[in-house]
Amino acid sequence: MAQTKTTSSPPPRGVKNAVGRLFASVPLLGFLFGFLACVLVEMAVGDRLANLLGLSKIPVLFGIVTIFKAIAGLVNTIFKGAAFDPGTLFHIPMALVYFGIVYLAPVVIVARLTSRLTNNLADALQQTSILFSALVHLALLYAIFHFWGGMNDYRLIVLKLTLVAVLLTLSLNIINGYMGEFSCSHPGFMAIGAYMSSLFTVGFFIDDKVLGAAKFSFSLAYLSFPLALVFGGLMASFGALLIAIPSFKTRGDYLAIISLAFLFIIKSFFENVQALGGARGISGQPDWATLPVIFTVVVIGIWAINNFVNSTMGKALNAVRDEESAAEAMTINTRKTKMAAFMFAAFWAGMAGGLLAHVLRYINPAMFGIQKLAEVLAMVYFGGLNSVVGSIVGAVSISLLSEALRPLEILKWIVIPLLLILVMIYRPTGLIAFREFNIRRILQPRRPDGKEV
Amino acid sequence: MTLLQVDHMTHFFSGLRAVHDFNLAIEPGEIRGLIGPNGAGKTTIFNLITGIYTPTEGKVFLNDENLLGLYPHKIASKGIGRTFQDLRLWRHMTVLEHVKMARYSQLTYGLWGAFLGTARRRREEAESENRAMELLSLLGVDHLADQLVVNLPYGAQRRVEMARALAIEPKILFLDEPTVGMTPEELVQIMAIIRKIHQKFGLAIFLIEHRLKFVMDLCEQIQCLVFGEVIAEGSPDDIQNNPQVIEAYLGKDAIEA
Repeated sequence: MAQTKTTSSPPPRGVKNAVGRLFASVPLLGFLFGFLACVLVEMAVGDRLANLLGLSKIPVLFGIVTIFKAIAGLVNTIFKGAAFDPGTLFHIPMALVYFGIVYLAPVVIVARLTSRLTNNLADALQQTSILFSALVHLALLYAIFHFWGGMNDYRLIVLKLTLVAVLLTLSLNIINGYMGEFSCSHPGFMAIGAYMSSLFTVGFFIDDKVLGAAKFSFSLAYLSFPLALVFGGLMASFGALLIAIPSFKTRGDYLAIISLAFLFIIKSFFENVQALGGARGISGQPDWATLPVIFTVVVIGIWAINNFVNSTMGKALNAVRDEESAAEAMTINTRKTKMAAFMFAAFWAGMAGGLLAHVLRYINPAMFGIQKLAEVLAMVYFGGLNSVVGSIVGAVSISLLSEALRPLEILKWIVIPLLLILVMIYRPTGLIAFREFNIRRILQPRRPDGKEV
Repeated sequence: MTLLQVDHMTHFFSGLRAVHDFNLAIEPGEIRGLIGPNGAGKTTIFNLITGIYTPTEGKVFLNDENLLGLYPHKIASKGIGRTFQDLRLWRHMTVLEHVKMARYSQLTYGLWGAFLGTARRRREEAESENRAMELLSLLGVDHLADQLVVNLPYGAQRRVEMARALAIEPKILFLDEPTVGMTPEELVQIMAIIRKIHQKFGLAIFLIEHRLKFVMDLCEQIQCLVFGEVIAEGSPDDIQNNPQVIEAYLGKDAIEA
């Protein structure tokens, strides 16, 4: 591996270049194999290795939680005088070693060594249809998620919530990124989706003290779950008309305030309607939001949203954002465009809300307030406006960060905003903004010299 | 048959009379000029015809079809293309995307096609791309197709805007001061381009211009607008020698001297 660094001239300097060159000839398929190897290694030897390294159990999120737990212990000792166990400090290097052995090494070795094989495979897949190729990649990705999440319940729920966050962030990016309006109503759409899908599932199939006894009971009831989700999404879509119609005449700050008002109306509606549980909300949702269901819905969501924003109909959003009068003069139906954007975004936010309700199996109006708004806005702006990849990156990184920093307790709400401020200063539109998501290019094989085919 | 007809159009901006009793009849394939000093109401007339404002009084017809009260995008898709004096391009879009975007009203795949990526959508988008590339090469900017418009020099941006206006397949093209801020060489080029597209598509052109020489060279008929009123109308020669026009442009002293 050291050889690849020195053979060609001039040798680029810096760690980033070296890593880039090391993996230049590895296609996406290679990385998926690498991650699959990690997960299998962890399943096989994770417990024993953790014991050997003096860790009480497998580090849940790549060891980050373990590290921050040790740091938080130290902080608490300094500020609160709590008892300190010096042994926990020892966990920091051990967690890093664990990460190196279980994650870093298998990815590097497998991805690098199989690059010839995976390139040939990717080449062969490219000869078939793009759909088939994408499905193969997705199946591998799902296998990784399945094994990784299967090792620990906490992991599984973090994974599920992260996937839901991806869908939610992407749907908000349609309005805030692609159309350039600042919409604050997204938790409201989510609430409508969560409540309506719960109404469907709990109301029909579950004995509940708020919504009454089950109306139907048959063993295949879970097959109706997609219907419940779509119902929630459609209801959120109708709710979005309340914002879409004012948006014909109002833009910018004023529309932001209208959307904020919408959020408060929705929230107090659900707080005050006792038939929907009032402030206590609805609980006891059936456990239907399994990993495969969520994964499928999120993949379909990303696919549909990506289709939309890459079509001329979808790019009309950009035209409306950048210069509305020119859009009108170039035959673009701006009203239809705005309405489509709001309703489509709200539909997917409603779907995400429905999924969230069935992951947590409990909802109340307080979950869909300003805090949620801040969270999803942070994901959109951190990841990058006007970009599907950006939304995925933003949602995943903020979700994982906020889980990983949980041991820091109150300090977490200083660290994450600080990060956000830094991103806004150095990349004002987010990490990966204004970039198209080209599936064909992502999946294609890489030649050994690192050039794209 | 008259292509574009405007009868007795008057417009007030909350008490201020911007246009008074404006009449216009443009035949298919004609190049018509509209001149006048700053603030005379020339761009207002464009905005009134294209539906951005609704005239206080008067009527507008395209091929005997009433345009009053229609949304601007409807009017545009009936066959009125336009450019803007201040180049209203979409800053995050490429040159090709601009021209494809203007073919919005010709797309029939609808929102479901957009969400689901149907075969019909792929076919229509490909066809639209071909047409867009043809227009770009006609205007000599096809090599810039993948560039963001904000990165282009001014003259190229003007051409992109013109290609965009042509992409809606107009019957009449409104050009709002197409030569503003141009060098003499660019001026000659843009004149040739206007002649070329006029010939190729058999378009009627309605032109607002400041540079008298440019209008005199291109147009068959010219109207001169001052304070919202047409003070003179006729061939370039008539306009050039009309004392009222000279007075409006150069001041009263110019005639007496």
